[in-house]
Amino acid sequence: MAVALILVLVAVGSVAFHLLSPWWWTPIASNWSYIDATITVTFWITGVVFVAVVGFMAYCVFRFRSTPGRRAVHEPENKRLEVWLTVATALGVAAMLAPGLFVWHLFVTPPADATEIEIIGQQWQWSYRLPGEDGRLGAVDTRLVSPDNLLGLVPGDPAGRDDVIIQADDFHLPIGRPVKVLLRSVDVLHNFYVPEFRAKMDMIPGSVTYFWFTPTRTGTFDVLCAELCGSGHAVMRGRVVVQTAEEYQAWLGGQRRFAQAAGDTR
Amino acid sequence: MSELAHGTGGLIPAAEVPEMELPHPHGWWSTYVFSQDAKVIGIQYSLTAIAIGMVALVLSWLIRLQLGFPNTFTFIEPQAYYQFITMHGMIMVVYLLTALFLGGFGNYLIPLMLGARDMVFPFVNMLSFWVYLLAVLVLVASFFAPGGPTGAGWTLYPPQAILSGTPGREWGIVLMLLSLCLFIAGFTMGGLNYVVTVLQARTRGMTLMRMPLTVWGIFTATVMALLAFPALFVGAVMMLLDRLIGTSFFMPTLVEFGERLRYGGGSPILFQHLFWFFGHPEVYIVALPAFGIVSDLISTHARRNIFGYRMMVWAIVIIGALSFIVWAHHMYVSGMHPWFGFFFATTTLIIAIPTAIKVYNWLLTLWRGNIHLNTPMLFALGFIVTFVNGGLTGLFLGNVVVDVPLSDTMFVVAHFHMVMGVAPVMVIYGGIYHWYPKITGRMLDETMGKIHFWITFLGAYAIFFPMHYLGLLGVPRRYHEIGETAFVPASAGDLNAFISVVALVVGAAQMLFLFNLAWSLRHGRASGPNPWRATTLEWQTPETPPGHGNWGPELPVVHRWPYDYSVPGAKEDFVPQNQPDPSPSHAARGLAT
Repeated sequence: MAVALILVLVAVGSVAFHLLSPWWWTPIASNWSYIDATITVTFWITGVVFVAVVGFMAYCVFRFRSTPGRRAVHEPENKRLEVWLTVATALGVAAMLAPGLFVWHLFVTPPADATEIEIIGQQWQWSYRLPGEDGRLGAVDTRLVSPDNLLGLVPGDPAGRDDVIIQADDFHLPIGRPVKVLLRSVDVLHNFYVPEFRAKMDMIPGSVTYFWFTPTRTGTFDVLCAELCGSGHAVMRGRVVVQTAEEYQAWLGGQRRFAQAAGDTR
Repeated sequence: MSELAHGTGGLIPAAEVPEMELPHPHGWWSTYVFSQDAKVIGIQYSLTAIAIGMVALVLSWLIRLQLGFPNTFTFIEPQAYYQFITMHGMIMVVYLLTALFLGGFGNYLIPLMLGARDMVFPFVNMLSFWVYLLAVLVLVASFFAPGGPTGAGWTLYPPQAILSGTPGREWGIVLMLLSLCLFIAGFTMGGLNYVVTVLQARTRGMTLMRMPLTVWGIFTATVMALLAFPALFVGAVMMLLDRLIGTSFFMPTLVEFGERLRYGGGSPILFQHLFWFFGHPEVYIVALPAFGIVSDLISTHARRNIFGYRMMVWAIVIIGALSFIVWAHHMYVSGMHPWFGFFFATTTLIIAIPTAIKVYNWLLTLWRGNIHLNTPMLFALGFIVTFVNGGLTGLFLGNVVVDVPLSDTMFVVAHFHMVMGVAPVMVIYGGIYHWYPKITGRMLDETMGKIHFWITFLGAYAIFFPMHYLGLLGVPRRYHEIGETAFVPASAGDLNAFISVVALVVGAAQMLFLFNLAWSLRHGRASGPNPWRATTLEWQTPETPPGHGNWGPELPVVHRWPYDYSVPGAKEDFVPQNQPDPSPSHAARGLAT
């Protein structure tokens, strides 16, 4: 009796915690509300299954607990029941997988008009690079990384001369414009993570990875590293400021170009 | 010894050959230390695993002290914190769970449950334990090495694992990789034994489809481990070479703190594929024995046949096979080609179907049963709750795009602790309470057992259920403190403090269990040979605890499947597997074959 009651309390308590918990996802600031919707669908399906399973278990413990004279029913198999349960499970799984794969397709397909920007991780700071007027990012090579060329740009590449470089400072983005974020690392794995954007991806030395999103809300958001990168992992922080197009242009005008940073010394 | 002899009924399994020579002990050393008796080796494995598990428990306390009360315990610096989580994770997954299920339960139960006298290669079996012990000692040595153990996270991802920004770069990582290689070598010796014993040494009548699900679970997990561990072995050797002689298997061109290292051309993501090609099957290497054992616990203590035995066997085999094609669901945000996501999300969610079938069948075994709520049964119920909870959150993380915001957050930590930490540990406890009487001839104390169960079950649930919501909020994992972060409210700190306090209590409750183990050895109620009135062969031994060779002069002959509980018309509510009188009900259903 007590055991059954506690099991019911576990199920009811879990649902109550879910509904009343003050800890919930951050207000979204990107176009990925699809992801939130998929999580909501998953919560519903899994929540119903959890309550049903624990509830049924509590019922069995209550109804079939050992009492003098009770004898269990011997029933090795029940084909119909087993098939029925299998089909129902498969349907539930499909109901989660289908929207999941659909949204994943969106997630990995950046729109053609997305602006390419670059984010670079290194122990333990973030740097950013924007294409200049030519709309192209210049070539990079990790072997060229040096104290006055921390991102390893190829000095001879004309496409790189007007690249905007932001180091040890907040990064800005205009609202409503899709961006394809190219991710690079010069040392170990990192992961550019802004909870409000919902998107994240590892950065791998030697490769360029990407994700895309459209900022949908102005504000200042914390950047965290989400892939263990050594003892400074938790302090590898930054901030992204999403602002209107005018504010963004004003900020952009004040940023240094690669040619200004490195070119003077040549 | 393992040759087959010709008898009147055709080939007789090796286990039945009378002249099978067992390496009988001569004196104390070869009885208790260098024993070749699988039962003793099983106990040695279990005690070693529990001992190193205590280290992991203390580490978890330290982790929780730091997370619950940041800036209070100043000796837990970030470096130390990373060393704690790394060692905690690796010890729990490999040196405790894998070793205890396969080396512990596997050694003790496989020969007994199959009616064999011992494992087929007793000497190799003994060697397996000693190599395992050496692996544990090498691992422990890293705590005392200069620079301490590695703090690379239990996943050991390069390049950071072997670079100087990570603690334990000098000795820790080398000893860790070395220890893993030793563990795998030791496991392979044991694993080959379990597989050959199951295939070759079953007693007469013990067909594969009459094996208890415990043996099916351990057998399938062992086959998987033999196929999966080599990937980790290769990864470990390659990383050792990268670290020690400067090869570049996993190391691309990189610049460390402004200095260009001599590496170039390697692939960090290759290591992740190798690691998870091992790492995901590993989850099921731990889960399948748990599935098997819990099936037997539920059936025995609900006095009812396991529901859908054949479906249960096939589910174990299918899960085992599928688990080899889901590994990259750990890598959705690793930067691998995004199209992998479609494939691995599909396989991952498909594996939920056979897993769900197992859950249904446990529930349907309880349904219309005669449920004895003793300690093993309570732990079995606790397993179902935590496993279902953790399995369902796996549907979030397996569904590729849902994983994107949750990956690398506390949601993941909560999920895997629930599903492959708490749930299998519930089964381990249930199994120990269940089989302790056979091992020692005495019952564990029920009152202490129930206190231990309720604190552990409710406590663990209170630790890990709320933790999901920290992850949903966006709190990343592997942070020694979240610090000033705009999106994290102060109440998250209160929740962390609550979790830590509960964790300390749950940890302390495990001491009660250890005390019970020791106390009952002398003071426990004498159990007799078959206190649970169970059907499987290990309860039908002539002696309790069983002697070397298990069966005395005559081997048992098996006449039925292992789940003849409450058979209509039978006098008792259980019919042992070696009882000749056939039971009409299952013979009619064709299960006797």
